[in-house]
Order: sequence, then structure tokens, then C-alpha cells
Amino acid sequence: MKGRLILLPLASVVLLALGGQWLLGEAKLGGAREFSAEVVSVGQPAKPTKPAARAEVPPHRPAGYQPKVATGLIDHHGNAVGVACMTCHATKTPNLEAGREGRVPAEFHQKLVYAHGEQSCLSCHNSEDYDALRLADGRKLAFADAQKLCQQCHGPQTRDYLHGSHGGMRGYWDKTKGERTRLTCTDCHDAHAPAYPAWTPVFAPKDGGALQQKAREEKSNHSTTTHDQ
Amino acid sequence: MINNTPPAGPASAPEAEPAGGMTRRTAIKALGATLGAAAFAQAIAPLTEWAENMSLDEYLQKHYRELSPFDLGVVMARMEQITKEETGVDVHIGDYRPQPGVKFGYALNLSVCVGCRRCAKACHIENNHDRPSGNSYIRVLEMEKGSLDLAKGRVNYDKPVPHPDKFYMPVQCQQCDKPPCVSVCPVEATWKESDGIVVVDYNWCIGCRYCEAACPYHARRFNWTKPQVPAAEINPDQGYLSNRLRPQGVMEKCTFCLHRSRQGKLPACLEACPTGARVFGNLLDPESEIRWVLKNKRVFVLKEEVGTQPSFFYFFDE
Repeated sequence: MKGRLILLPLASVVLLALGGQWLLGEAKLGGAREFSAEVVSVGQPAKPTKPAARAEVPPHRPAGYQPKVATGLIDHHGNAVGVACMTCHATKTPNLEAGREGRVPAEFHQKLVYAHGEQSCLSCHNSEDYDALRLADGRKLAFADAQKLCQQCHGPQTRDYLHGSHGGMRGYWDKTKGERTRLTCTDCHDAHAPAYPAWTPVFAPKDGGALQQKAREEKSNHSTTTHDQ
Repeated sequence: MINNTPPAGPASAPEAEPAGGMTRRTAIKALGATLGAAAFAQAIAPLTEWAENMSLDEYLQKHYRELSPFDLGVVMARMEQITKEETGVDVHIGDYRPQPGVKFGYALNLSVCVGCRRCAKACHIENNHDRPSGNSYIRVLEMEKGSLDLAKGRVNYDKPVPHPDKFYMPVQCQQCDKPPCVSVCPVEATWKESDGIVVVDYNWCIGCRYCEAACPYHARRFNWTKPQVPAAEINPDQGYLSNRLRPQGVMEKCTFCLHRSRQGKLPACLEACPTGARVFGNLLDPESEIRWVLKNKRVFVLKEEVGTQPSFFYFFDE
């Protein structure tokens, strides 16, 4: 009797094993529906080298870049005529008070919109060389490097910019595969009135969500507005 | 309406043979056969219509993950050929696979975003979206300051932005680590790849739209019609799993522009952003910009309570 009791589970184990084999075979037949988990790499694998360029400001303006003041005139090629700063400033005495506390220059630069805190013109412009800028410690700074001027005061923005979370960019996230170009401060912010301007939004949505929302708003405003949209 | 009278047997009441040699039985049989044939023709009519739009190769095509590299090459060449025949445009369809050691993450600075919707427009152009419906994978919500209630976000704002009392929140696919859209798909036409991107095999999708209903972010789009894109505006750089021209009746979604990002490029929406509100990169690279944001900014995810574990993060500057 005892032997039989032992035999019973043994037999069931054997049966189960056989059945499992058969089931597995079935699964293999149906295995075409199973997806292979392996990942095929087409591009190069990401290199483990550290991208050193993260905290570096790429030159956006070419070296030797000089801004020009628009005269409103147009030459015979149809191009706007601009004059270099030193064309006038070579003979003028620096006005140390210009720009300070809303004092505008008595002549020239009349169309300049100025809204940049308590700075005077010569906080940034260099009275010894108007074709260059001036850092707070008096050092001369080329116009091409104007970003360094902004960085003196705007610390958080500079920190974010250097870590890629402020300012537009184009190109590659993977710097081992390609270049990246970045906008600099003055591409988006007018140095003289740096508040970001208001934009008219583009590309109004036409999908169901927008229509539903419109219907919802019209319903809620039914008592006060007419359906003139 | 059951007729309880017993049917007339042949022995009980033999019918008189009409002059034309046709019994009522044969007449009814003929009528039945005609109606049956007509009904059958009507029933299979959609099949004949459908057959005109789909080649046998397309019908028999396997799932993307079952295709061998050779077969996939044949499929993509066929698709390029069809596009050439239909639109006259030479496109290149590539199969871009996840890179080892890369998991994509996206972060968006809500303090910087001005709501100009250039990202949505860039998505529309890059991904060959349907022009008449103005489709885009990105929806920009104009939100009341002090609230994160998505239901109160407005999408059809048209006044100059940014409005001083509002902030702007672009919403697109969050590439969740636990994507509900994937688990509801009855045919495994959508899945999550090793770099975190949730993709759709447009040729395997049956268009049931379960995934659209399952997504808490309203990130999936359905092609009610075959997307219409003027030939001159078709983006020829296409990926099999991303921006190739979609057929009618299938789901589609943001893929972080995988035809770009898997080649190391930035997504189109990021390049279009004039303010730099968008940060994209490899979450597995501790030196990446996205990792700096996660470490140094107070980031949050949308609808954290639903447990989807997004790879898309939002943050405000302090």
C-alpha cells in the first residue's frame, strides 16, 4: 500500500514532465509570434568619453565682429548704410552721465529704446575705445565676446546657459557625432532693452481638442456672449 | 409569430403543376439564390475596395520585430517606391535602432517657455503630419498661474504671448516607463524600446484607438484620413517607426524624432524653440545636460499619481 502511494506522485511527476515537454514543443512551434528582445545597433555605440564641451561658450559672432549704427540711408546696392561707432566717437567727448537715471543723450541715438536697469551707457561701452566694450573691472572686451558682459550680473541665467537649459540651440545632443550651434544672449535679448518681447503665437491648433474646448467655452459664456466667432 | 399548423407534406396536398413548368418552390429557390448572391457581393464589397489600396505584400507583411534585416530592407524599399509613385518625391526611409547605453529624457523649463507654439509647428513639418487637420504631437496649454490643473489649460489662445497671468505648458508623449498605451494594445502594435521611446508599427496597428483612450496625457493621434502632405513639403528623411507617411486608420505618436535622435541629433521641437526651454539628452550619461537639470532643478512629472513614470520632466526656475 505504501509503495503504491509513493508510485502515484512519481507517476504524476513523469506525466507532468512529459506534458511539459509537449507543451514546450507547442510553444516552440508558436514561437514565431514571440519577439526577440535583442537590440540591433545601427549607429556607433555611444562613446564613454566625457563630452568636454558642456561648460564652454562657443563663439557665435566671428572674431573681429563690429556692430554698426544704422543711418537709415540705403546705398546703390540697396543695402542699409551703417557707420562704425568710432566714426563719430573719435571726435566726441565721452558723456559719463548718458543713460543714467533715464538721461538720454542730447543728440544722436535718439531712437534707442533704453530699458536696462540703472546702467549708464558707459557701464558697458568703452569710453576709451567705442569699438569695444568694457567689463566692470575696466578691462576691454571685444564685441564678439559680448556674452561675458552679460554674465557679470546675470548669474543664474549664465549657469543655466552653460548647462544647456537656457537659450536656443541646434545640432547634436551627442557631441561625439556632430556639432551644436547655440544662440547667445543678444540673439534673443536686446542689450538695451533685454526683456523678452511678446510674440504672436503661430500654428493655431485645429484638432478635436481645440474644437471641444471652443464648444465648452461657448457653452459656459452662452449668457454673456454671442456666437460671432 | 410561429405558425403552428403542420407543414403540408407531399402526400397530403400535391400542388397542381402550372402551365409554365415552374413550381412555387423553384421560384422561391431562384429568388433566394439571387438574393443570396447579391448579399454576398454586397458583403465582400469592402474587401474588393480595400484590396485596391493594399498590395498582397503589404497585407502579408510581418510585425516589425519579426522582420529580418533583409526583409525590412525590402519593406522599406517598397515603401519608398510607393511614395515615389504616389507623390513623385524621393524619400529615404531608415530603420534607426536604439543605441546601447542611451535612454532618452526630456525636460522643459516652464519659466522660460513663452507659448509661441513654434515647437508644435516644427513637429508638424518634421513628422509629415496631415496638413488639413493641422496635426502635431505637441499641444501647448495656456495655464493659470498657481494651478497645474490640465483640464483648465487652454489650447486655442491667439493673443500675444506670454500673458503676464499665464504660463505655458507644452504637452507631448511622455515616453512613460510604465506606458498604459502599450499594455492595452490588443495586437502588440506598440511597444517601448530600450532607449525609452514608445513606438508604433503603423503596418501592424488595427486602429482600435484603445491606446488613445488609455493615455493620460492625450498624446496619441489617430489618422482619420490618409495624411495629406503637399509633395514639396514632404520631409524626405524618414524613419520606419517615426515620420514616414502613415496610412489611414492607424495611431501615431511622438517618438522624440527617433530618426534624428538615434543619430545623435536634437529633436525638431527643441531646435525650433527660440527660448531654450527644452532640454534633451541621455539619462544614462551623468555628464549630460538633462542629468544636470534633474540634479539641480526642482523637476516634476505630469500626473505622477497615475504611476506612468514619464521620461519627460517639467521644472520652474527658482
